[in-house]
Amino acid sequence: MKRLNAQGLSYRELNEKIRALLDSGEKEIVIENVNGQRYIGTGVKAQARLVVHGVPGNNLGALMDGLHIEVYGNAQDGVGNTMNEGTIVVHGHATDITGYSMRGGKIFIRGHVGYRVGIHMKAFREKNPVIVVGGKAGDFFGEYMAGGTLVLLGLDIKPGEQIVGNYIATGMHGGEIFIRGKLDDDILIGKEAKVLEPEEKDYHRLEALIKEFAEYFDLDADKILAVPFIKLIPYNKRPYGNLYAY
Amino acid sequence: MSAIRMNPPEFRVVRDEEKCIKCLVCVRQCGFEAQQYDPEEDRVYSLDENCVACQRCVCLCPTRALRIERNPVPYKLNAHWTPEHIHNINKQAATGGVLLTGMGNDKPYPAYFDRLLLNASQVTNPSIDPLREPMELRTYLGSRPDYLGGEKDRYFGPTPLVPIETPIMFTAISYGAISHQAFEALARAAKAYGTLFNTGEGGLPEDLYEYADHAIVQVASGRFGVHSEYLNAARVIEIKIGQGAKPGIGGHLPGEKITASIAATRMIPEGTDALSPAPHHDIYSIEDLRQLILTLKEATRYTKPVSVKIAAVHNVAAIASGIARAGADIIAIDGFRGGTGAAPLMIRDHVGIPIELAIAAVDQRLREEGIRNRVSLVAAGGFRSSADVVKAIALGADAVYIGTAALVALGCHLCQKCYTGKCSWGIATQDPYKTRRLNPEIGAERLYNLLHGWSHEIKEMLGGMGINSIESLRGNRLHLRGVGLTEAELKLLGVKHAGEGM
Repeated sequence: MKRLNAQGLSYRELNEKIRALLDSGEKEIVIENVNGQRYIGTGVKAQARLVVHGVPGNNLGALMDGLHIEVYGNAQDGVGNTMNEGTIVVHGHATDITGYSMRGGKIFIRGHVGYRVGIHMKAFREKNPVIVVGGKAGDFFGEYMAGGTLVLLGLDIKPGEQIVGNYIATGMHGGEIFIRGKLDDDILIGKEAKVLEPEEKDYHRLEALIKEFAEYFDLDADKILAVPFIKLIPYNKRPYGNLYAY
Repeated sequence: MSAIRMNPPEFRVVRDEEKCIKCLVCVRQCGFEAQQYDPEEDRVYSLDENCVACQRCVCLCPTRALRIERNPVPYKLNAHWTPEHIHNINKQAATGGVLLTGMGNDKPYPAYFDRLLLNASQVTNPSIDPLREPMELRTYLGSRPDYLGGEKDRYFGPTPLVPIETPIMFTAISYGAISHQAFEALARAAKAYGTLFNTGEGGLPEDLYEYADHAIVQVASGRFGVHSEYLNAARVIEIKIGQGAKPGIGGHLPGEKITASIAATRMIPEGTDALSPAPHHDIYSIEDLRQLILTLKEATRYTKPVSVKIAAVHNVAAIASGIARAGADIIAIDGFRGGTGAAPLMIRDHVGIPIELAIAAVDQRLREEGIRNRVSLVAAGGFRSSADVVKAIALGADAVYIGTAALVALGCHLCQKCYTGKCSWGIATQDPYKTRRLNPEIGAERLYNLLHGWSHEIKEMLGGMGINSIESLRGNRLHLRGVGLTEAELKLLGVKHAGEGM
């Protein structure tokens, strides 16, 4: 295990140091005093653990392939952007476009997330990307979703707060969204998606994901699972097939 | 089919029955089922309404018995309500859909290339014969430092320049829009000639990674097939913001075209629509663009130049300035004549500006701001000949992308039906029966020949001007003169009118 002090380092200096350690075969790096440095773990293909103390900047783990990143703090925009494989665990909130276009791997956010989370997530062969959000999400949750699994738990929501913003699943043409509890009638759902009750096998998969989530954040999985979920899937995988005049 | 077919056929097939030997090549080759055979009557006949005038049957008929004619539509003459408008309204009245088309804008807007003339040396400076004297077409793409001797790049660290042996590259055409065979032909030709091809936004097929060193790989809003190996294998990474044929809109590759191989390359499931959102949802500003540029540079450890491709639109000069300041190494600008595999007709024909004006405006603006050295300018959108290329470079481009011209070299006859996936020439189709028609080796040879011919013509034109290096032509607008252009047009292009001296 190696320690890095990010204080006063530019993102480029910091990422070079991380890369150098990973290149030398280091399997665990603890980075302290991270304060907005972008692109941590971006484009890295390696099996190793990065522990981040502080607030990493945008595009944490973008295009990442295999790392396990754990953030003790909040994260910003673009967590796991176009990520291929690996795990990102955030012990705080994350902002917009978490998991944009991610193709594989898992993201666990303890707190809330911003807008357009899980946008254009895909699945590919054996890959099925997963995002589990502990708190609430902003507008356009699962927009353009093409594959993978989004789970929204709505823990710690204050009275009067909505679990999710409007336009959830707009343009959805693949994948699945699970939401704990019910959606208020005034939340706008994309016309491409339909709401169902999860089946038993869905709950089996959910159970596994939520146990993993609960383990990272020291929560009681059974308590989370005690509330029923709803499931959103697309009506079909060709939402705009009839848009054109030939 | 609707009860009444409101639109008369656009073309008609004329068969010389005396020459026809009923070999049925035309029936087998027609991708649109316009050629038919009735075995009971032993008769070859045509369904004119299916004919798209792609000329496949005409070219393959062994006895030259076939001819395609425009079908004259005897509507009352009307300069405003042309048959095209009437037919489009009928299509939409029947389906309620958006009109779709393929290839570039075909409307008679001015082509400034045809209003610009080149200079040549006479008496006072000698012209150069490229057959016997060295003539340099090699072009280096990428960002140059602001000054020599200092830190190479203040912000981003150096990214290497990329040499190409001729200032002509193949533009972004995705695997999916075209067949594997056509895609491979472009890759092979680029490698053989020492230039670059562009994967488009559909990824790079695994079996073509041997050509990656000559690939510009695209990262578009759908992020199809984008992963670190793809980025690291490439020579240049291009962020696709826009396309000349459809500025401001995204794309839908329909599920029926997503075969197993295309799905593998795009890294999506088979049969799903491949939807590219109109914007990148991580780019809402120049600062965000800079963030994606830097993400890609970080992902490749600053070993690849990053290009940003935009459509030529009204505010192109200011946008290009922002892109240069965002840290791009190359700006690719696609004019309104740029081709496409599918675009809404209204967008293709009515949005964007001519590439000639865009190059001139961008080059001028970047020079005025003292940042022209930071980027290479690549122009695209309707380059038909080497003369168009020379004129674009004289207006300020470093290099050009050709797309339609390359597809024509592969057999395309511009029938504009790419979006149907029925291409008889095996280019814009995934039907194995048709894609087999295009041999990638022969295709690559034809593309190589095209590059060779154009490159030699460019050398001749340079030599005539007394220039022995393409670098000396770049932005050298004194070698251009306008004919029949207005004051405003001349000013925008930065050229004098023909007849004015130096």
